[in-house]
Amino acid sequence: MRLTILRGAAVLTLGLIAATGCANGGGSAGPGRPILVGVSLSLDGDFSGDGKALQQGYQLWADDVNARGGLLGSKIRFKFVNDASSTQQVVTNYQNLITRDRVDLTFGPFSSLLTIPASEIAARYGYAFPEPAGGGPHVFDRGLKNVFFVQPAPVVNNLVSYTKWLLALPADQRPKTAAYATQDDPFTQPQVDRAKALLAAAGVQTVYSQVYPAETTDFTPLALSVAHSRADVVVLGCQLQDAIAFVQTFQQQRYSPRSLIETTGPDQGSQFSDKIGLANTEGIMVPAGWWPSVKTSANDQFVRAFLARYGGDAASISADAAEAFSVGQVVEQAVGKTQSLDNAKLIQALHSQTFQTIQGPMAFDSTGQPNGASFLVQWQHGQTVPVYPPGVAVVKAEYPKPNWQ
Amino acid sequence: MSGLVVGAAMLGVLTGGVYALMASGLTLIFGVMRIINVGHGALVVLGAYLSFALLRGLHIDPFLGLAVTMPAMFAIGLVLELLFIRPLRTDREALSVLVTYALALGIEGVLGYLFSSDFQQLRVWYQTASFAVGGFGVAYVYVFGFLLSIAVLAALGALLYATTFGASIRATMLNRSAAQLIGIDVERVSAITFGIGMATAAVGGVVFGITNAFNPGSHYDLISRLLTIIVLGGLGSLKGAIVAAVLMLVIEDVTAVVVSPTWAAFTFFALLVLILITRPQGLYGLRAREGT
Repeated sequence: MRLTILRGAAVLTLGLIAATGCANGGGSAGPGRPILVGVSLSLDGDFSGDGKALQQGYQLWADDVNARGGLLGSKIRFKFVNDASSTQQVVTNYQNLITRDRVDLTFGPFSSLLTIPASEIAARYGYAFPEPAGGGPHVFDRGLKNVFFVQPAPVVNNLVSYTKWLLALPADQRPKTAAYATQDDPFTQPQVDRAKALLAAAGVQTVYSQVYPAETTDFTPLALSVAHSRADVVVLGCQLQDAIAFVQTFQQQRYSPRSLIETTGPDQGSQFSDKIGLANTEGIMVPAGWWPSVKTSANDQFVRAFLARYGGDAASISADAAEAFSVGQVVEQAVGKTQSLDNAKLIQALHSQTFQTIQGPMAFDSTGQPNGASFLVQWQHGQTVPVYPPGVAVVKAEYPKPNWQ
Repeated sequence: MSGLVVGAAMLGVLTGGVYALMASGLTLIFGVMRIINVGHGALVVLGAYLSFALLRGLHIDPFLGLAVTMPAMFAIGLVLELLFIRPLRTDREALSVLVTYALALGIEGVLGYLFSSDFQQLRVWYQTASFAVGGFGVAYVYVFGFLLSIAVLAALGALLYATTFGASIRATMLNRSAAQLIGIDVERVSAITFGIGMATAAVGGVVFGITNAFNPGSHYDLISRLLTIIVLGGLGSLKGAIVAAVLMLVIEDVTAVVVSPTWAAFTFFALLVLILITRPQGLYGLRAREGT
């Protein structure tokens, strides 16, 4: 009996070792066999909108590469699995993709929340984990070498371009006071804290600063306090709902700051402008890593291909799709440089090279953070346009923001 | 700072009036039917969407549109009561939580299908227009909402205390079995009360929809606030709902501007706990009166 158990355990152990060994660092696509790329996407749940947009971007990249003959002579095929925005399911999905489906490459899911546990699984099996949407500080502070955040800047630097633009204004126009309010959210708060530190160091006095719970639903008292501060500049770390509520309360209080930037909200197109009125969007800013009209390498082709494939207009293209497409571009160039699908070689290449993407040139430090900067987008004449830095700007930034209509 | 505090307190009173109206339907329904309608927040959101449909489709002002949405919501209430509430014969308080939660999820699903999960808002000229009082901008929408709430609450009070039907409602609230014994058709009273609760939700939905961006999932936050109000005010008490709503909004708004939004809810709930320790039935609870 004991012998049978020992024999069974030995077989099981050997089986596990064999499975792990096979999965370690991906399979090897040969001529004729497609390159299998595994991705867990949030096709249901809180992140379903973003998950679907990522899928569009990934698929568009694969179609583009396949139309050009594929990668190392093989076609690319995606294996998408749904995690329903669950941190548990995303772990199971990547475990299955690697050990059962034996994918050659893994690409990341949506959000820092899912990227953190998913990247641990990829690291365990030696897979590179380029990802489009996990930019929170905790993604990079776990000592992993396989994570690569394919956006121009880590989240914490999202408002750096804004501070540079403000501080570059002529001395007589430069703001003297600033008010800050942010959700206690890992996406918004680091951005606002960084902006506050940079502006304060440059002599812009902080006249109001508040962190509010992400669960807050009544934003009026907060907005009243900001309006009461009469700050020259208002920096808000918010989502769409509070972005709208703040602007409406400012209008009620007849308070129009000289500059207003919101981390999310103004980038949501008509979802934002319909609520506050198109005329009142004039001059409002938002940080961005990609924009349909931005002048970066191959962006025009991406926009044309996207519209041909999915329809709609350029303004309706989600930045998520562009970020997913960029993940593909980065990996394509890394594979081209190494002439290999060996994940260890890819990780090394991704740490040491600069890659051209539709979000601009991209390089990663030892933790996988990009070393670029986000740019500034502003509502002007009913449209959103990149205004800073000069390399991507299509028009000059409007300052001060005009009064509410 | 003092101007800001006065402004926050004014805002608390004005929005408190609107929350009082939303909570009044909830507390009346509990008082008469002994059911905890956790779907009431979804009914407020449904009211907001009905007004949104009228505004977008027919350009009817949301307040004027109440002439349509209030009767419509009343009628929907009669049907919902007949289909989902009346069949509950035993253990109504516990089972009603499950049934009305299912109702809320159903309403959320239908609204999501019809309108998507995108945020919507009732956009009208008085949404951001305001007049100054002591350096503080008072938005017309809050004043209109407050006045309308007062009018509807006064009408509810008149219905309860100056009509024969109101006497039937109060008798049913005091003792459902005894009311049946003296010939009151409690099922009819229950159905009409549920309809009235729905109609007040329509009014609350208008102000909620003008002052907030909402989507089908907005009812979760709303119901937690409304339940808190009626617990503090005393389950089944109209007066309690009014006092508790104003108290809650003033305390939260003033704390948010003086201390921090993080402490706003905590301060109110600390007070709630203190009050409930000394008065477990709430400020004006009906249960205590039943026992005396």
